[in-house]
Order: sequence, then C-alpha cells, then structure tokens
Amino acid sequence: MNAEVRPVIPLARSSVGALAAMKGVFSRDMKVAFRQRQDLLNPLLFFIMVVTLFPLGVSPEASFLREAGAGILWVAALLSVLLSLDHLFRHDFDDGTLEQLVLQPQPLFLLILAKTMAHWMLTGLPLVILTPVLGVMVHLDGNSIAVLCLTLLIGTPVLSLIGAIGAALTLGLRSAGVLLSLLIIPLYIPVLIFGTGTVAAAAEGASVGAYLALMGAFLMLALTLAPFAAAAALRISLSNG
Amino acid sequence: MRSAHRPDYGAQMSEPLLQAVNLQCERDKRILFRELSFTILPGTVTRVEGPNGSGKTTLLRMLAGLNDAWAGELNWCGSPIANQREVFLRNMLYLGHRPGIKPLLTPMENLRALMAGRRPVSDAVLRQALQGTGLAGFEDVPCRNLSAGQQRRVALARLLIADEPLWLLDEVFTAIDADGVAALEALLQQRAAEGGAVLVTTHHDLALPGMQRLTLGAGGVSDER
Repeated sequence: MNAEVRPVIPLARSSVGALAAMKGVFSRDMKVAFRQRQDLLNPLLFFIMVVTLFPLGVSPEASFLREAGAGILWVAALLSVLLSLDHLFRHDFDDGTLEQLVLQPQPLFLLILAKTMAHWMLTGLPLVILTPVLGVMVHLDGNSIAVLCLTLLIGTPVLSLIGAIGAALTLGLRSAGVLLSLLIIPLYIPVLIFGTGTVAAAAEGASVGAYLALMGAFLMLALTLAPFAAAAALRISLSNG
Repeated sequence: MRSAHRPDYGAQMSEPLLQAVNLQCERDKRILFRELSFTILPGTVTRVEGPNGSGKTTLLRMLAGLNDAWAGELNWCGSPIANQREVFLRNMLYLGHRPGIKPLLTPMENLRALMAGRRPVSDAVLRQALQGTGLAGFEDVPCRNLSAGQQRRVALARLLIADEPLWLLDEVFTAIDADGVAALEALLQQRAAEGGAVLVTTHHDLALPGMQRLTLGAGGVSDER
C-alpha cells in the first residue's frame, strides 16, 4: 500500500450566479455585434427595401397603401428577422464558444434566453424603432402606427425566440437556410395573423385589447418554452458535431 | 475482471475524481470503443492515445458531456455525473479543437467572457495570465489580428487561472511553438503535483514522468494501466 498522501485540489461548490452569467453572455454578444456593424445593418436595410419597393411595384395609391401597409411592414419585419437567424448560433458554433457556453455550470436555457434577448435587441428592436417612419411612408394614420409599433414590440421577441429553436436545430447542417425557413415559417404564421389583425381592428375603430392580450400570451408562451426547446436542440446539434 | 464498485484505496489515498465503467461509443454505425473502463485519480496526467479516427476526441467530448451517443457508466467522485451535472461542469475544464475565442474581441475580452460563467476574476489576474502565456502587449489587440498559435495561447491562458480539478485537453499542443510546448508540459506536470487531474490527447510526443496512457485502438481498446 502506498503511504504517500497526494495533495488534492478542493472541489468548487459554488459558481457564478445565473443572472451574472446571463449578463456575461449578453454583453459579449452585444460587443461582438458592434464590432461588426455592417451585419447589424443587413436586416434593417432589407426591411426598408421591401417596404419601399411595394409602392413602386404594386401601386403608389394612398388608399391601397393604407389598407396593405400594416401587412407589408409585418411581412418585411418577419422576413428580415428570419434572414438574421442563421447567425444566432453559427459563428459561436464555428469558433467553439458555443461548446464553452454549453459547458457553463448554469442552466443552458437561461444562457440561451440571454443570447436570444441580445439577438432581439440587435434585430427586432431596431425594426420597431424604424416602423413609425415607414408607417408614415405607407400612409398609415397615427393611431394605426402606434398600434403597429405595439404589435411589433410584442411580436418580434416571439420571432426571435421561436427562431432560436430552428437555428439550434439546423446548426449541424451545412446548408441550413432553406430548412430553417421551412421549419420556422409555419410557427410564425399565427404571430403574423394576429399582428396584422390587431392593426386592422384598430383601423376600423374596434377595441384591440383582446388582440393584444393574445399576442402577449404568445410572448409568454415563447418566453417560457422556447429556451428549453432551443437548449435541447443545441445539445443534439453539438452531439453530432 | 473489473467491477462497478469503487476500489478501496485506503484512507490515505485520494478518491478517484472520474471513473468510467464499460463505456461504449458508436459513431456512424461504427463502434469506436467498447468495454472501456478507467479511473482518473487526482494528481495524474493521462494521455489518450490512438491513431486518427480511433475516438480520442469523441471520448473527451463524451466525458465533458458534449456527446450523448454512448453507453456505460460515468461517475464523478463516486456517483453518476448525470445526477450532478452542475457540480461536475463547475469542476471540469474542457478545451477543444476549436479554442472558443471570438476573433472580433481582444484576448482580455475573450478571457473575461469565458470566466464570466465560472467565477469572478479581476482584470489584473486576467492580464497576468495572458502575460504568462506570452501574450504581453497583445492584451487589447483583436484576436483576428493574432496568429493561430497566439489565438490558442489565449485559450491556454485559462489554464493559468483555472481552479477546476479536472482538465480535458483536446490537441492543445496544436500550433504552439517549442517554447510554448515546454511551458505547457511544465504546467501540466505542476498541475498534477498540485493534485489536479489532466486528460490530454495529442500527436505531439508528450512524455511526462509518471504519465499514464490510455490507448484506443482501431480494433479494440487496451487499458494499459
């Protein structure tokens, strides 16, 4: 029997709290995004281009635009969020930071929630801020624009959260773009219908409370369930990678 | 014949940190290894050996919990890892092929972000760790302007401030120059002397005194210890 006593490194019992870890993930994503500003502009430019091309391509009539405006803005916002989704995990996957993220001792769904929040701040929120300007361009009245902004404010985080599931699932694939769209678009449709429906109701002078409540319910559902699904999908993708 | 029970090392010996019993792993319908059993004690450096494609990286990813496609039993300090995932993750450091370094951030920012989920570390300590890996003067240069070897050194700086008892290092010697290799070898040896456990895969000719070998073969697995 060997009598030597080996030194032992004590086991760490506690780690950084989940909130501090989320803050770390969030601030890193923000920092990386602001070092690469042209990527930030992409979804915004796409949004502006689609909305400006509609009057040119279909009809510049104020009556048409007033009716279709909210729908055009919603569809453009939805597509530009979709366009940015592939980047959500892709770069992290390629450089290995995603592995390290999964190996952090905090619950993965919280870290993914932080990443998704950063994604929304960088893509969804700028779209909402730009909406009043483009709303005026398509002849929406003040009340409609306010309601449209509100629906986008509630709706775009849902788009980011649902998109995170798709982005995580298609991570291991070389050409994920088409599959990502096919997976995600059906899940976006209810959000789109209620988003434009709210604005239509507001334009008719009806009460929008019920519509907004439903959209709020979408947001809550996505906020509580999507991070779990995305975390599970991420583990599967990494396991195959 | 190996048993699933923990062997009795006597009171003065340290308990095994990690214990693998009858591991089996399949990849693309090919069995990489089966009936692989080993024990990792504190204060040891273990080199995982084998030809390309023998499953070295897969084994390390499995141990870290990045790969789920395996069967068998993995114990951390005597009980299954699956039951104490967060404790295990907090006490394990994994460095993979991909160093986990963001090219757009500086070494300082990268290191700060990597430590943010582990434990609070002051900037002075981070700076010192970067200087310790030979990156003095590059602390605030974006990593994409650094060479491949320097980027790896940013990841290696974590080893200088790590308090995790178990290190899983996959091909850490890649792209590191001769001085860096010598420093890293010395670091691994010092770590073992302090009571840490290191599992390392490398094609570099690593031979530390007292080093254990775990050999994965194309046809089967032999555990030489």
